[in-house]
Amino acid sequence: MSLTRVAGGRALVALTLLAAMASMLLMAGAVDVVLAQGGAFTARPAAPPPPPEGIVGWILAKQAAFYQDFSRIIRAAKTDGSAVWTLLGVSFLYGIFHAAGPGHGKAVISAYVVANEETWRRGVVLSFASALLQAVVAVVLVGVAAAILNATARQMCDAGRVIELVSYGLIALVGARLIWVKGKGFLREARNLSRPLHAAGAAVTPKDHKEHDHKHRDHHHDHGHDHGHDHGHHHHDHHTHEHASAWGHAHGPEPQELAGPGGWQRGLSAIVAVGLRPCSGAIIVLVFALAQGLFWAGVAATFVMGLGTAITVAAIATLAVGFRSAAQHFAGSRSGYGILALRGIEVGAAVVVLAFGTLLLLGYMAAERGACF
Amino acid sequence: MNRISRILAAALAGLLIAAGTASAHPHVWVTMQSAVVYGPDGSVTGVRHAWTFDDMYSAFATQGLESKKKGEFTPEELQPLAKVNVESLKEYDFFSYAKANGKDVTFVEPVEYRLEFNSKDTMLTLHFLLPLKTPVKAQTFNLDVFDQAYFVDFSLAEKNAVSLEKAPAGCQINLTKPQEMTKDMAQRLAQIPPGGQIPANSYGAAFSNKISVKCP
Repeated sequence: MSLTRVAGGRALVALTLLAAMASMLLMAGAVDVVLAQGGAFTARPAAPPPPPEGIVGWILAKQAAFYQDFSRIIRAAKTDGSAVWTLLGVSFLYGIFHAAGPGHGKAVISAYVVANEETWRRGVVLSFASALLQAVVAVVLVGVAAAILNATARQMCDAGRVIELVSYGLIALVGARLIWVKGKGFLREARNLSRPLHAAGAAVTPKDHKEHDHKHRDHHHDHGHDHGHDHGHHHHDHHTHEHASAWGHAHGPEPQELAGPGGWQRGLSAIVAVGLRPCSGAIIVLVFALAQGLFWAGVAATFVMGLGTAITVAAIATLAVGFRSAAQHFAGSRSGYGILALRGIEVGAAVVVLAFGTLLLLGYMAAERGACF
Repeated sequence: MNRISRILAAALAGLLIAAGTASAHPHVWVTMQSAVVYGPDGSVTGVRHAWTFDDMYSAFATQGLESKKKGEFTPEELQPLAKVNVESLKEYDFFSYAKANGKDVTFVEPVEYRLEFNSKDTMLTLHFLLPLKTPVKAQTFNLDVFDQAYFVDFSLAEKNAVSLEKAPAGCQINLTKPQEMTKDMAQRLAQIPPGGQIPANSYGAAFSNKISVKCP
């Protein structure tokens, strides 16, 4: 097998993995994201809600059944203490199924860990921390607003709406920051790739050289169509300027810009962005528990629900990290285009985070309708 | 680089398409009783709904409301909430989609609305009349009640789910209740390729409550 074919095969595998991961990320969250009612798409629905088929339908049916159990179990817990254990068990299962269903959280977390080159361990910690925060926000909101201030449902929804907007804004900011950092890495890699080609690399084998050269011509060809000759010149200029600094990065893995001290503080922004928005279901259950005089049971249920949610989100985030390292492995350290593809994955994931934040913020997408309608 | 940008574009497009597909999970359960209302000339003038909310949502909705007797609410005490409820319904097309003789008809803002609290089962019922923009003579009048986002689960009441008000003689009601997903249905759905057409009368229709009235 020639070197050219090996390199080509690697790139193909890397790209296949990339595509698989992209679709998985989308499946993870976007598929389940609810289109905001009365938003940009106000077309009259011709048919009932799109069918949640197969496994998604099953998940929906399951969590609906668990949710409806809450009412009965919380009532039972008033007289029968052992019902609390049932409540916690059902809450746990509900949390697991709930996170497997709708919600932007897992998509954002997954995209974040991919973009940010996080380890699976940090992916898991991020998932648990954001789920914990989500539970705390729900408990504090209902605890302060309803239990202490005796606020109405509408007032709580208004407060929830503000929290929601802050959360979406933060997601967009996290995404924008990632694009900035990762975009720079991507561009630098792209320049590194073009550098040795201009300086007719003596160290490169003829076959390899031919392959690179070919790709390079393709590259120019495309740009010619898009931007004319101007761009070509610009490219050359840049190349000369960056000559010295680019050299050090050639063919090596990118320095881990986001690892090291301070990484946790940056992770915190993702935790807050995702975890700030409480689940409508948790709020309704908490208020119901409060009305039944069993607020503490509602609090316990909310935290256990969060634990279940965290497990599902962590599993999905781990999967995303796995795909990323598999892509990294196949991209190999020899192939410059493989590294470029990796940087591309990161930028893509960062774009997904920004897109989620922006669409949610603008109301084109609703993660979940507020509890008031 | 070109390939990568193409993949990124595809991923973004996928995201946007996926965002358009709605699938959610209910947090509110409504048991409905509805009446198709006719005018003196025999044309359909509107639909009268009575929607009973599940006890958890009822507790949530009445949280913080002032009442003379703790845990009970009179219709007067609930009237401001009823007003807010019906006003916000417009945003969701009143969850009601109707056709007269096969053509879409439009509803306007609800009237004659009130909330009723049943202290025995602690459930709220929202009553309102949903008038048609223009009354229409309809040999067939079809009404679907569902939440597009499936945040609210609607189901027909066990008894007197649908009735007729001042209907001409000879009108008949036909109901299609939401169906449970059967094993067979799940298997058939699993065989549909991604993006393939889902046959009518499948799981999608399961969430809708189809009401049909035929008049001579």
